[in-house]
Amino acid sequence: MSYLHLAILAPLLFSIFIPFFYKIFRRIHTGWFVLPLPIILFIYFLTFIPITSNQKTIIESLNWIPSLGINFTAKVDGLGLLFALLITGIGALVVLYSIYYLAKDKEKLNTFYVYLLLFMGAMLGVVLSDNLIVMYAFWELTSFSSFLLIGYWYERDKSRYGAQKSMLITVFGGLAMLCGIILLYIMTGTFSITEIVPQSNEIFHHALFIPALLCILLGAFTKSAQFPFYIWLPDAMEAPTPVSAYLHSATMVKAGIYLVARFTPVFGESSVWFWLVAGVGMITLIWGSVFAVKQTDLKSILAFSTVSQLGLIMSLLGVGAAALHYEALDDNIFTVATTAAIFHLINHATFKGSLFMAAGIIDHETGTRDIHKLGGLMHVMPITFTISMIGAFSMAGLPPFNGFLSKEMFFTAMVHVTEMDIFNLETWGVLFPVIAWFASVFTFIYCMILVFKTFMGKYQPEKLGKKPHEAPIGMLISPIILVSLVIIFGLFPNLLSDSLISPAMAAVLPSLLQVGGVFEVHITFWHGLTIELFMTMGVIIMGLILYKTYPKWKKIYKAIPEKLSINGFYDGTIERSQSVSNKLMNMNMNGSIRSYLAYIFAFLIIILSTTLIWKNAFKLDTSNVSSIGVYEVVLAIFVMVGSISILFVKSRMTSIILLGAVGYTVSLFYVLFRAPDLALTQLVIETISVALFLVCFYHLPKLRKFETRLTFKLTNALISFGVGAVVTAIALSAHSNKLFSSISQYYVENTYEEAAGKNMVNVILVDFRGFDTLFEITVLAIAALGIYSMIKLRLNRGKEG
Amino acid sequence: MKKTHVKTNDVIFQPVTKVVAFIIIIYSLHLFFSGHYTPGGGFIGGLMTAAAFVLLLLAFDVKTVEKTLNVDYIKMTATGLLIAVLTGLGSFFYNVPFLTQTFSYVDIPLLGKTALATAVLFDLGVYLVVIGVTMTIIQTIGETE
Repeated sequence: MSYLHLAILAPLLFSIFIPFFYKIFRRIHTGWFVLPLPIILFIYFLTFIPITSNQKTIIESLNWIPSLGINFTAKVDGLGLLFALLITGIGALVVLYSIYYLAKDKEKLNTFYVYLLLFMGAMLGVVLSDNLIVMYAFWELTSFSSFLLIGYWYERDKSRYGAQKSMLITVFGGLAMLCGIILLYIMTGTFSITEIVPQSNEIFHHALFIPALLCILLGAFTKSAQFPFYIWLPDAMEAPTPVSAYLHSATMVKAGIYLVARFTPVFGESSVWFWLVAGVGMITLIWGSVFAVKQTDLKSILAFSTVSQLGLIMSLLGVGAAALHYEALDDNIFTVATTAAIFHLINHATFKGSLFMAAGIIDHETGTRDIHKLGGLMHVMPITFTISMIGAFSMAGLPPFNGFLSKEMFFTAMVHVTEMDIFNLETWGVLFPVIAWFASVFTFIYCMILVFKTFMGKYQPEKLGKKPHEAPIGMLISPIILVSLVIIFGLFPNLLSDSLISPAMAAVLPSLLQVGGVFEVHITFWHGLTIELFMTMGVIIMGLILYKTYPKWKKIYKAIPEKLSINGFYDGTIERSQSVSNKLMNMNMNGSIRSYLAYIFAFLIIILSTTLIWKNAFKLDTSNVSSIGVYEVVLAIFVMVGSISILFVKSRMTSIILLGAVGYTVSLFYVLFRAPDLALTQLVIETISVALFLVCFYHLPKLRKFETRLTFKLTNALISFGVGAVVTAIALSAHSNKLFSSISQYYVENTYEEAAGKNMVNVILVDFRGFDTLFEITVLAIAALGIYSMIKLRLNRGKEG
Repeated sequence: MKKTHVKTNDVIFQPVTKVVAFIIIIYSLHLFFSGHYTPGGGFIGGLMTAAAFVLLLLAFDVKTVEKTLNVDYIKMTATGLLIAVLTGLGSFFYNVPFLTQTFSYVDIPLLGKTALATAVLFDLGVYLVVIGVTMTIIQTIGETE
């Protein structure tokens, strides 16, 4: 157990103590006890930067289930470290924010911080695990803790609905990912990513390559809210705002991004990977930004904008994977996509976190998040306004903020796609910059709505729940830190390039590096009058025009029917699957023993007859058959006539007597086939059972005693005929297929010698096979006790009267 | 086993039963003891003895038979099972597998050379269980209203 393992598990271990802090120190907000942990972890992870920026990785292993190749291997490389810093850094800010956001006397703070710490630990585990099974375990823990956090206000219907939805979708993806991991294990024989990456060439030509790729991508897309699985994210906004800021903007939704980046060295060479990752990212980008404009709730706008921005990062990762096809690093212009993806990942975490916090402040101080009710808050909440404006302008891609830089790089990457000559990109590649440009226009519009509808316009204090005022300083610290990062990264982008972005790129595209090589990342503010700059100017102009005319064209959204939305499809699927399974159950589980018997016998016929035919087992061999005598024929006719007439008699009494007759005939068969013991027993037992039948008959209720013939049902007839035929066929072929001679010769020889008896049947029963007899008499005893207790013990006799 | 309020006088049935029941019991004992050599054994012997008891039940009423025979059939079942298990356990003392049966020839006065087998003890267990079970079932059903 190294310090690294301890760091990953620290939040999980620490969460155990939270309820104690909560109970013992009631006067201090529990969040203050939580706060030091992410700060310490953040500083601890900062110490890794010198190591990773030298392109070194640290691997610490801890045996967990070595026999299955499952070990808790922690690995710190550029990509993992970047995420670990995001998780702990933003985690610390979110904890600080939540101290002021959640009141200590109204909320159940102990559960909140336990869930939050569970989530933090799980997330660290996901990004720092090298073993895929361990990563999967942490992955599911993020799903569970996110489920708990979304349903934090569990007395609200919407919270429960959102929590269930996100749970179903992310766990569905998680299970698909587990399938992908198992397929990878089948192909490579290891769960370690470090060992899988060098085998990527063999994997590429393996038959299971495509299924594994699809399964892994399914996991990434559901977690990262990609099209069409994004639907859980807007409903997850029912969570407390610190949760939305942490999970649903900066960390958990980026787990899928992490997964895609992590598996790029494995799957990236494939065109399927490129088209899925880049294509789905593009669709998500445009879809999310178009629908964000429609929303009226601040957090819903932010949710859809998160979806859209995640699509952007995803598409950049997809395009970046295409760089693997170009050998020469010197003029490899396509690596810019990966640079942009990683840079935007950091930027998005900073500005989206601050925007969520600002939205939380507005909600907290005014009592509403509806942009129709808000307006003119600029003078009331100047600091929140500044924060929101910087965040939104950065998201829209305006200079001098960091969003501008990443958007420029995004455009650069998309324009370069048109220059690629693989995967049919000569023809289809032109779509990429076009979609990117349109999506950016919509991004610009909703960013403007976000700022100007909230802070400009008419001040409507009568519509607000509270009298608005500026937030306490404690609540503002975290968003202020985040927006200052937005500005710092905007002005000095190269602060990050050597320390974080270059090592992360080395982890995503390892095959492009020579030994000891380094990715040269240089982000410049001004690269001259390029096409990207004109695109940005176009975005601003077009965005401004559309924003001004927004009230005129927003009716278009109403033309899209609600039923066609993916939410409608999800709700319908859930409802239909329940009603269909309910109907199915009611249809076949009807409670009637008659139908269950029909199922059992029908399956018996199907299984046995198909086996007989499929294995070609039916055989008729008459060489070993003895001759038939007159007595046998007569007795057989007796049995047949008796059994068949039971079906057609009207009175129950007659059928009981016929049954007795058949039983006595069987005992005659025993006489005929020289089984005196059986004949004796059969005679006596048949007498007793006929007597018992008569007792039952005598006690039948008068009402139901009317005498009817058995009604004829075709299915019953077919099934009974089928069972008879199949059993006969099996008996005949079993007799014809005798492979070994009988062992009865041993008994014949040894009955007297070994067991001092001459009645072989009895000697077998009590001596050779006495063990069976012991339990047969036990069965009898149980039956007798059962009958005794059924009759004597009637606990509800008093109630029935 | 329908109870009639008018008490009929079974002048012929009851005396005949008194004689026949003993014959049946003796025959059943014969079946039981000779089971190792000729058809018969614990199972059919037990059923026969039970049949004799049933005959008594038919001829007299339930209470009379209970008083005369004074047997708790459930205990009889348990005893039978116990004997059967004990004969099996006995084999442990001789370091042989469970339920190993043995026999020896003994000269008994009056009977002469006789084979005594532990299998007969096991059969005795079967015999008692079968009587107990049959009589428990018939008596319980007979006593219900």
